[in-house]
Amino acid sequence: MSILVFIEQRDGNVRSVTRELLGEATRLASSVGGPVTGVCAAAADPGLAQLGEAGAARVLLACHERFAFYDGEGYAMAVEAAVRDVHPKVVLFAASAMGRDLAPRVAARLGVGLASDCTQVGVEDGALTASRPVFAGKALQRVRFPKAPALLSLRPKVFAAVSIAGATAAVEPLAVAMAGPARARVTRVAAVAGGRLDLTESEIIVSGGRGLKGPEHFALIEELAGALGATVGASRAVVDAGWRPHHDQVGQTGKTVSPKLYVAIGISGAIQHLAGMSSSKCIVAINKDPDAPIFKVADYGLVGDLFEVVPALTAAVRKLNAQT
Amino acid sequence: MGGNVIQVVCVKRVPDTETRVKVASDGRNLDPAGVTWVLNPYDEFAVEQALRVREKLGAGEVIVISMGAAGVQTTLRNALAMGADRAIHLRHEGVAPDSLEVARALEAAIRPLAPALVWLGKQAVDDDAAQVGPMLATLLDLPCVSVVASFELSGDAATLEREIEGGREVIEVRLPALLTTDKGLNEPRYASLKGIMAAKRKPIEEFAVTPGAPNIEVTALTLPPPRSAGRRVGEGAAAVPELVRLLREEARVI
Repeated sequence: MSILVFIEQRDGNVRSVTRELLGEATRLASSVGGPVTGVCAAAADPGLAQLGEAGAARVLLACHERFAFYDGEGYAMAVEAAVRDVHPKVVLFAASAMGRDLAPRVAARLGVGLASDCTQVGVEDGALTASRPVFAGKALQRVRFPKAPALLSLRPKVFAAVSIAGATAAVEPLAVAMAGPARARVTRVAAVAGGRLDLTESEIIVSGGRGLKGPEHFALIEELAGALGATVGASRAVVDAGWRPHHDQVGQTGKTVSPKLYVAIGISGAIQHLAGMSSSKCIVAINKDPDAPIFKVADYGLVGDLFEVVPALTAAVRKLNAQT
Repeated sequence: MGGNVIQVVCVKRVPDTETRVKVASDGRNLDPAGVTWVLNPYDEFAVEQALRVREKLGAGEVIVISMGAAGVQTTLRNALAMGADRAIHLRHEGVAPDSLEVARALEAAIRPLAPALVWLGKQAVDDDAAQVGPMLATLLDLPCVSVVASFELSGDAATLEREIEGGREVIEVRLPALLTTDKGLNEPRYASLKGIMAAKRKPIEEFAVTPGAPNIEVTALTLPPPRSAGRRVGEGAAAVPELVRLLREEARVI
């Protein structure tokens, strides 16, 4: 069984989630056989040989001027060409903005199934299985793959990277025949102010809810997030009220997150919010209502007025930062 | 663009987001007992955007299409009440097929309509797969932009934005095209009483569909282990030092 991994790059930099995929591919290869091959679409080699250290034996590089930005159709052609070359049993993508767009296109081109956003991959009786959250994490679906290759996208921040000191990957060109410019063409990428991390890629998230009473009080959340090195999240109620942009929303019509620390402030804990964050490793709830449902999932609950507690917590974290 | 511009919106009937998930006796699917069914929230943005395009052009037709058992007709009526012109019901009883089989059934129904725009929500909030849109675009050989957060039409081209990690891609696409919609693209309208009355008289065409063999098989649906409530650290700002100590020494997360 060989394993193909889609190597995600942007602006000539391989994205860190790629190393997580290569880590899982390396573990799979040890139980079901390798080798691990990567496929990358780019305008120029983003330093692919270095991915040997992350577990890739070789990487096929489809170089094209169209690939300076993400190009769904062209990238799908490149991955399809790699599949036809390598004949993998398994193809891994990141469940990132790019991977979630690309993987279904490849699945349709190959006429095979795809398991999106997997959080666990295993082998049972020689057959590949995967688990994936559904209903934003209210339930887990277990799937298997009746056709080959099995296509999976893996949730970022779930799978561990590996490090193989001194190894280098062989980089080989991959030919992709494309006529003319992309039909859907990225003309530029506008950066989000502050260059903040996406919620799905954050180690620590501090989220605010209606308990903040108004958008101006999100400064309290931002200050605590700044002290913790965290990303700011929000409940659906405050996004729907227009206090925060949609990309801050955690929950069933927002983002499903699993950071190592999730701090919920002034969030009562509606079921659709709990679905989106209850796989976090450690949850802290700060709420003035001792009966708020959020306390039922919190590892550490603090009952109190957030307008007193949050500044005190920010000050305590800053003090800690100054000591270490 | 001129003439009778056809837009197709693919919609799905899903459990309301307040649903508490229970596993059916087969151990693989949702127990539908007591579930409130709604138009998939992300599909509302798709219906709304199609209606806005039709209103801007002052002409054309918005066709909503859905696959599933008889109950999806209620969902189609919801979209008709918002203002869509007519509906197509791809009738299929029993457990929903996988995304690729859904995309194939939709392709067969949509291809003869030769739409200028095909719209879907970015994902359904039940299986969270986010697959049917890009799969359907591939099968229809249409350019595709998923997770669209802003849309501006000019002639037979559109400028779009989609959110990516840490930024937004700005994309130019020539029509016909397939787009999937994110929350924030627009504010979906509520159906008016007049719209609801009118929807009752709008046509729903019905076709039976038979999906092919599964491309992926669900072997189990389980509930995550319940998270046990942890401890109350205390009350008010006085409890902050203890909270910080626990996060540092016990949980080791700061």
